[in-house]
Amino acid sequence: MPGKRVLQMAGLITGVITVQLLTRFTGTGYFLTQLTMSAYYSLVIIGLCLLIGYAGQISLGHAGFFAMGGYISALLTTYNLLPYKDNAIIAVLMKTGILVVRTNLYGSEILYFQPWVACIIAVSMTVLVAYLIGGPILKLKGHYLAMATLGLGIIVYRIVLGSAFFGEADGLSEVPAFTLLPGLKVSGNLSVRISNYYIAWGLVIIAFITLLNLVDSRVGRALRSIHGAEDASSAVGVNTAKYKLNTFVLSAAFASIAGVFLTHYNGGIGPSEASVMKSVRYVAIVAVGGMANLWGALIMGVLLNFLSLRGYFGSFDDAVFGGILIVIMLFAPEGLIRVDIFRYLKRAVSGEKAGEQNDGSS
Amino acid sequence: MIIELFFQYLVAGITYGIIYSTVAIGFNIIYNATGIINFAQGEFVMIGGMTAVTLNAFLPLPLAIIIAVIITMVVGALIDIIFIRWIVNPSVLRMIIITIGLSIVIREIALHVWGDGVRALPYFTGNEITSLSIAGVHISPQVLWVIGVCSVVVIALNFFFSFTLVGRQMRACASNRNAARLCGINAKNIVTLSFVLSAGIGALAGCVISPITYVQYDSGTGLAIKGFTVAILGGLGNSMAAVAAGIILGILESFSIWVLPAAYKDAIAISILLIILFYRPSGLFGSREVFRLKEF
Repeated sequence: MPGKRVLQMAGLITGVITVQLLTRFTGTGYFLTQLTMSAYYSLVIIGLCLLIGYAGQISLGHAGFFAMGGYISALLTTYNLLPYKDNAIIAVLMKTGILVVRTNLYGSEILYFQPWVACIIAVSMTVLVAYLIGGPILKLKGHYLAMATLGLGIIVYRIVLGSAFFGEADGLSEVPAFTLLPGLKVSGNLSVRISNYYIAWGLVIIAFITLLNLVDSRVGRALRSIHGAEDASSAVGVNTAKYKLNTFVLSAAFASIAGVFLTHYNGGIGPSEASVMKSVRYVAIVAVGGMANLWGALIMGVLLNFLSLRGYFGSFDDAVFGGILIVIMLFAPEGLIRVDIFRYLKRAVSGEKAGEQNDGSS
Repeated sequence: MIIELFFQYLVAGITYGIIYSTVAIGFNIIYNATGIINFAQGEFVMIGGMTAVTLNAFLPLPLAIIIAVIITMVVGALIDIIFIRWIVNPSVLRMIIITIGLSIVIREIALHVWGDGVRALPYFTGNEITSLSIAGVHISPQVLWVIGVCSVVVIALNFFFSFTLVGRQMRACASNRNAARLCGINAKNIVTLSFVLSAGIGALAGCVISPITYVQYDSGTGLAIKGFTVAILGGLGNSMAAVAAGIILGILESFSIWVLPAAYKDAIAISILLIILFYRPSGLFGSREVFRLKEF
């Protein structure tokens, strides 16, 4: 890592620690719950930022990938396999420790998948789906791509809402804690709130460093060339289809990992996590952050999700995100953080039309 | 018995199909004039229905519908003038996001104005239990209203685009905007007009269907997705093909209830959309060659 990057990361880590200490000294430890949830949502958002901002491919279906991760992992860790324990396959899985037993709230025993196994299955299934669907979907452009990804999200939403084993409108609950390492649990229990805050942020920072390095590498340059002019980039030898697909799959994987962790943290998941509005909200945050700006996506992701989760937007929650989308796209398609106020003023003074900047995306 | 059931499903399918086609035509009008898909199209239907229900409390039904349609047209015009008209050379991504944002904001405003209750206009003739029996199939008179009004709209639109000066100007803008401008057509006004027209058609559809399907603050989204599916299925921009595609989708959906739980009904329509997008993005009736040349 170059020196600048090390400094930036040190700053980010210091910020994360400072926030935790601040909540401790001001007696607002309850903020940590929403900060942890926001961190998981930010994981989806930075992945989506790579796809929309750098590769220039819109996705209105990322809540679907989030929900796939969350729901599959929740199903595997809550579905009681005890009635089938005489089955040969189940018996083998029990011996190898893939299936474990716990006692639930009411004292009855439940045989379920070990959360690590469930997590790996959930993420790999999401990746597989993203890989299979990504090929044909990413051939589409513009409205067609937007509508196809939107459709994908709606199909996931309809399936979780309409299937009895996904709990229909109630979703799945009583998801057990996810023991990452001995003594390190992902769970909503108040006693592990601080450690969960650091688990979430550790995950986000690892993902963030990966993405920062990725966009500064050969891959990142290839993605930007695809965004700028796909035909031209293909002509200079970039395998555009492969790069787009890999980015799509990577961002889907990020979304599903976030889904798995947040489901364990919340102890459940409901169909609203798969709704179109969630997908639109992720896109809105990427847009506010400045599209091709990972830092913007991360900061806005944490900030806006935190405000929304704390209920500061009241009953205007969705309207706020809709409004953000309109205002940002009308006046600052490059994002809030990118708007160069001095240049903007200078241009306004010299009388040029401000609207004529070409945002280059298509 | 089973044959009667078959026709009953068929009629239900055709009714929904025609509703979807009307929304699809709204998409097509704006797409033709601007090259953008207005994701807030479904909201026009909702505004039309909701306003008519509110006005009907103190106005006779026909007047309530006419005023509701006019109000929605004004909303359509305002959307274009405030949000679309002044953007120079917008990218598709930007327009998609703006219209999605608009649809969310309109929906939320509707939620705060009208609440989340389900509303409906009264039946235009008869009531919920009146039904005509044609060859053993029971048809509500409202279904005939839907089919009748939508057919009139489609025919009138065709007439408008073929024989009136304004309609021809709109077609000119659709096929080549710069050439149209060189002929002295004010392209910006044509775009505003397309928003007004499309809002009006959406609102009228919203009024006619509200006794059957009911209307709620968020009922526009579902219709917009179906309408879009139909518009793609028929070939984007082709209004007559949209009618045929709408009826096909309506019938497919209606019969899908026989094989799959009703909860998956929407998933069927969207799966069809995806399949069409993957294998024949020019639509069932569109030409592949023309499609390849289109900018989008």
